Amino acid sequence: MNQQFLTFENVFFGYDKKSPPVINGLNLQINEGKIASILGPNGAGKTTLLFLALGWLRCSSGNISLLGKPLQNYNRKSLGKLIALIPQSEHIPFEYTVLEYVLLGRAPYLPPLGMPSDADQEIALEALERVGISHLYSNSILGISGGEKQLVLAARALTQKPRLLLLDEPTSHLDLSNKYRLIKILRRLRDEGTTILMTTHEPEIALAISDDTILMNNGQVLSTGNTSEVVNDANLSLIYSVPVKIIEVEGKRQVQWI
Amino acid sequence: MNSAIKTAAIAKTQVTTASRRAILIWLGIGLFSLFLFSLFLGRYPSPGLISFDQLNTDELAQRLIVNLRLPRLLTALLLGVTLAASGTVFQMLFSNPLVEPGFLGVSQGAAFGAAFCIVFLGGAAVYTQSMAVIFALAGLGLSYLLGRKIRYGGWVLRLVLAGIAVSALFSAGLGVLKYIADPLKQLPEITFWLLGGLSSITWRHLISILPATLAGLLILYLFRWRLNLLALSEETAFSMGAAPKRERILLLTAAVFPTAAVISVAGMVGWVGLIMPHIARRLFGSDTRLTLPASMLLGGIFAILCDDLARTLLPGEIPLGILTSLLGALVFILLMISHGLKVEK
Repeated sequence: MNQQFLTFENVFFGYDKKSPPVINGLNLQINEGKIASILGPNGAGKTTLLFLALGWLRCSSGNISLLGKPLQNYNRKSLGKLIALIPQSEHIPFEYTVLEYVLLGRAPYLPPLGMPSDADQEIALEALERVGISHLYSNSILGISGGEKQLVLAARALTQKPRLLLLDEPTSHLDLSNKYRLIKILRRLRDEGTTILMTTHEPEIALAISDDTILMNNGQVLSTGNTSEVVNDANLSLIYSVPVKIIEVEGKRQVQWI
Repeated sequence: MNSAIKTAAIAKTQVTTASRRAILIWLGIGLFSLFLFSLFLGRYPSPGLISFDQLNTDELAQRLIVNLRLPRLLTALLLGVTLAASGTVFQMLFSNPLVEPGFLGVSQGAAFGAAFCIVFLGGAAVYTQSMAVIFALAGLGLSYLLGRKIRYGGWVLRLVLAGIAVSALFSAGLGVLKYIADPLKQLPEITFWLLGGLSSITWRHLISILPATLAGLLILYLFRWRLNLLALSEETAFSMGAAPKRERILLLTAAVFPTAAVISVAGMVGWVGLIMPHIARRLFGSDTRLTLPASMLLGGIFAILCDDLARTLLPGEIPLGILTSLLGALVFILLMISHGLKVEK
């Protein structure tokens, strides 16, 4: 296990010089091979933290390193092979087939002006198979359901064969059965060694799937560590400013808040 | 996946790709035949084709073809290809199927530059052409700088807003120029330029735009698959190893230079850049690996057809811009009512 997988050291970040920073002197370590949830109320800086981990946003001070090397020292392509993103939702302006769309994830593996080959197509089909929607490969991406679309985005991320998979509120648009499918996919990926970092504002989701939880509030880490220790009544009540109770039902921890 | 199913899936996509390639080749053959046909078509002196006998004996007919029709047709081809290619690229980069290459102040800038030259600098062809190019690029530059200054929204929204503002400024300026222009000499010239046309094209015009257009088109063609990636939101494109800002600026520049060049010799020829990408997507799907070359071929065919009509339909020339707008708008309406225009709900 690599303890130096992804580290944030005293990270500050603000979108605008005039307004107060969104990320405020944050220190954090993400362990390899685990599912970690960034949990916190709206506006806590969860997505910002995720985009900092992606390298898309650059911290104004401090340091973020992946595998012991600062993010900004990676070139674009090698980072594209290491980190993949499943965005919360994606505006798709044109009518691609599912397969064409998933193939885009092969971009970091292609030469500068290269195009995907049959081998890439095979990888894309495998990825579709892993998320359970390979039968949709020739469908139009505008004609499938929202849940299936999220699975397409997951398949695209898988074709990048990332070591770190980032997800932004992955379950917020999904119904129960699709949530279940996604959670199963994420668990399997973790078991195969992929590190998963996701944001969520639902404590239930953090409790259901994450090994570690990072509790965020006002751009800082309030508490981090094993989910069962971090997600407790006191912490949740504090960050959401409503009384929250964790109860145990049939051996599973559940969130009760109303 | 069960490997038999996977092989079948790959085979199926290969068949689709192969049949699309075949259509592409047929489009190419169609374009080439149309080009040859158009070389012989025209009013000499009455509408019709020049026969081979005539070509062997009539020296004037030979000169007509080599010195007038050939450069004109090549320019029409370049015009159509360029506008359609830039249109595709703009639509991808702005992930919006309703933008066209004149966007971002490019068209209005060129129009203002040409009118400015006609009113103040005498309107010699060389100067009009250079001023149109300069102001087209100024339009892009201004939109870009203004887009950087806007304090909110993503890159695309900011550029769109800046483009609208800069276009409005230039078209207001164009209004002023039209107002102060000499109504008997300068105003007709401005109007004629704004309507677009290829009637005065010579080899010199063609050669003057050749380097910029060919270089730009080559870059766009080489990036044809990558365009798919750049149509995604910036952070997503970034997460797949792209450098979206840098690549978009490169492709935007590679699209605008040829556009400015062809506008400068042909005037305002609308709708080609908007419609051709739609037809191409209808035939080939959205993957720009095929859509971009298809759009280029379709653009060439459309421009040559319109120019053929422009020079043969009436005894006097019909301005090309009028024909492309008329036919373009009709095609657009057809596409819309036949559900050919698919946009995310």
